[in-house]
Amino acid sequence: MGEALGLAVGLVLSGDADLLQIVLLSLRVSLTATAIACLVGLLIGALVAIGRFRGRNAVLILMNALMGLPPVVVGLLVYLHLSRSGPLGFLGLLYTPTAMIIAQAILITPIIAALSRQVLEDLHAEYAEQFRSLCLTRWQTVQALLWDARYSLLTVGLAGFGRAVAEVGAVIIVGGNIDHLTRVMTTAIALETSRGDLALALALGIILLVIALGVNAAVQAVRMTAARQAYV
Amino acid sequence: MSDAPAMTSMNLALEGRAAALLPLTVRDLVLRVDRATVLDGVNLDLGASGCTMIMGANGAGKSLLLKLLHGLMPPTSGQIRWGDHAPSAVTARQALVFQKPVLLRRSVAANIDFALKARGKDMARREALLDHVGLSHKADQPARLLSGGEAQRLALARALATDPEVLFLDEPTASLDPASVLAIERIVSEARGRGVRIIFVTHDIGQARRMADDVVFLHRGRVAEHTAAASFFPEPHSDAARNYLSGTIVV
Amino acid sequence: MLKTSIMASAVAVLLGGAAWAQDQSIIVQSTTSTANSGLFDYMLPIFQKETGIQVNVVAVGTGQAIKNAENCDGDVLLVHAKASEEKFVAAGFGTIRTDLMYNDFVIVGPATDPAGVGGMQDVQGALVQIAEKGAMFASRGDDSGTHKKEMALWADTGVDPLGASGTWYRETGSGMGATLNTGIGMGAYVLTDRATWISFENKQDYVIQVQGDEDLFNQYGVIPVNPAKCPSVKADAAQTFADWLVSDEGQAVIAGFKIADQQLFFPNAPRN
Repeated sequence: MGEALGLAVGLVLSGDADLLQIVLLSLRVSLTATAIACLVGLLIGALVAIGRFRGRNAVLILMNALMGLPPVVVGLLVYLHLSRSGPLGFLGLLYTPTAMIIAQAILITPIIAALSRQVLEDLHAEYAEQFRSLCLTRWQTVQALLWDARYSLLTVGLAGFGRAVAEVGAVIIVGGNIDHLTRVMTTAIALETSRGDLALALALGIILLVIALGVNAAVQAVRMTAARQAYV
Repeated sequence: MSDAPAMTSMNLALEGRAAALLPLTVRDLVLRVDRATVLDGVNLDLGASGCTMIMGANGAGKSLLLKLLHGLMPPTSGQIRWGDHAPSAVTARQALVFQKPVLLRRSVAANIDFALKARGKDMARREALLDHVGLSHKADQPARLLSGGEAQRLALARALATDPEVLFLDEPTASLDPASVLAIERIVSEARGRGVRIIFVTHDIGQARRMADDVVFLHRGRVAEHTAAASFFPEPHSDAARNYLSGTIVV
Repeated sequence: MLKTSIMASAVAVLLGGAAWAQDQSIIVQSTTSTANSGLFDYMLPIFQKETGIQVNVVAVGTGQAIKNAENCDGDVLLVHAKASEEKFVAAGFGTIRTDLMYNDFVIVGPATDPAGVGGMQDVQGALVQIAEKGAMFASRGDDSGTHKKEMALWADTGVDPLGASGTWYRETGSGMGATLNTGIGMGAYVLTDRATWISFENKQDYVIQVQGDEDLFNQYGVIPVNPAKCPSVKADAAQTFADWLVSDEGQAVIAGFKIADQQLFFPNAPRN
């Protein structure tokens, strides 16, 4: 562990270009996937939160169950679609960062949807009568809820990002862990582990952890500012 | 209170509009919630103008009656008509101020903007509205950090932003200090003076005396009496109202 | 506003990704043994410098590599399971298979050598002895080239290790490196290619126990994926890469790849 820690510090200090590329790709892929998942997931979460329809409970159960989607299964499904012999093969997306973004977005959309549904439903319980009194349309209600819950939803997005940036099963299948093209932190860790270079693998893990800490700290700072204004 | 609302002139030409919604007729209104009968045959007729105070002990069904009248929920049975309209058809021509103001997690100004935008009103009116309730100097502050009185004044300004023909108030001053209570009453009175029909739930007998044109007294889910204010306070007809005014506990 | 810009950037990323894939680059479906040993890291920059073609390596088990190539998800196949490779070509997925290089398999085990196979050359004999002693043996169990080789060796012995699956015979279902990590963790013997073993950094007290049998020969072949089956294949670049590998120069580069002064792969492309 001590060796790994030293190695991690050394790697960072050396400003290793390969490492930087891997870190940046990790961030680019997972942040983009999180943005896309938020776009879709928040909308689903909001509509389910304010909706009263037949089969709503079944939808809730499904959303919660999908939070546990195994990354490998998502990877495999995306692979089968993006493969040259698959229905979307003509796009030529397999083994590109885009494929990894797609896989991660699919993986975390249910997380964003399920968690935001809870947040938005709680907020809606507070606002519902006032909104009905103002005769808001469904779309105006969704917009208002999303905006007023923005700081809580930031945490939801963070949960999605955390899962995306930490998963290896999906991106290794659809990305292929290609050096300088689709290698991200987690697949690099998997590779070094299989090479038996456990210290380097652990060092990369430590760096990943530090990045995750940094992103979390940034979001926490934003939230605390918002809390002081009673906007949370 | 230094920032008491200034009586600025507002371009709210309301005179005569409320007439279309009134009279209000309520017939045999019953509301059951989880098998408990909250309203048990309410009959009521309200005229075109003025301020009607709805009074009664806790649990008499005052707040739920307001929500039914405002069209926020359907009754179990019975009928409510605003002129020729069902309540849910005219919700947009009315506004309700809740006991606990529901303010958005935004600035004071943004809370007004929200109502103006939702109803497609002239956004330029924000300044006048804030000025009207004495909150111009707090426009950029977070709404949820306002004091209780300020928050309720903001809720009132937001309600007025929608140009309501009928304004419901559900114990808006229940937990406020006397200065704040007077500030609210002044804003409501001003609205009444412009022809907004006021329907006001209160427990505060002094407030009812100051504001009421007529009083509807609810008791055990029914209208125990509906009397002009001038005769209600000196001489209520019903035992329930008499006991209530004299402070006798009635269960 | 915000949402529009997120959407715009998402579209940009999608398009950008597609454009990226259309550069002068090919995908090689290969095995973990070649990638993990570092051969590609050593060899590909030389090739790219000469031809300008970027080679992207997807390193998986031979079984999966062949499957991926059959799905047209690669331009060149570089694996080590001759029978499967010939089937791949016969089915029309590949144009032509060429012997590229070889190394050999070895059986590694703990220094304590519980089955007493240390120094044996007869690999089948060693396997029988391991089975009889019930000494732990970790198998890839993933249909990879190494796994196919191992199963062929067991078939020679007449012992069916699958009957002992879960007892002394353990199938990890993982890549070579992962299987070595697992095997070493439980004190099991492991069949591995020599290149992976030499470059493996978590050896602990493990040593090569069995080596030198002719049956442990490990032949790698290279096959360009057939554009007739897979129109998306970058046939020219793929052929350029395959030709370069079997050329005198490519063969010299392979021979020149060493770790700790040990040559890991031995070029044996046919001379023309």
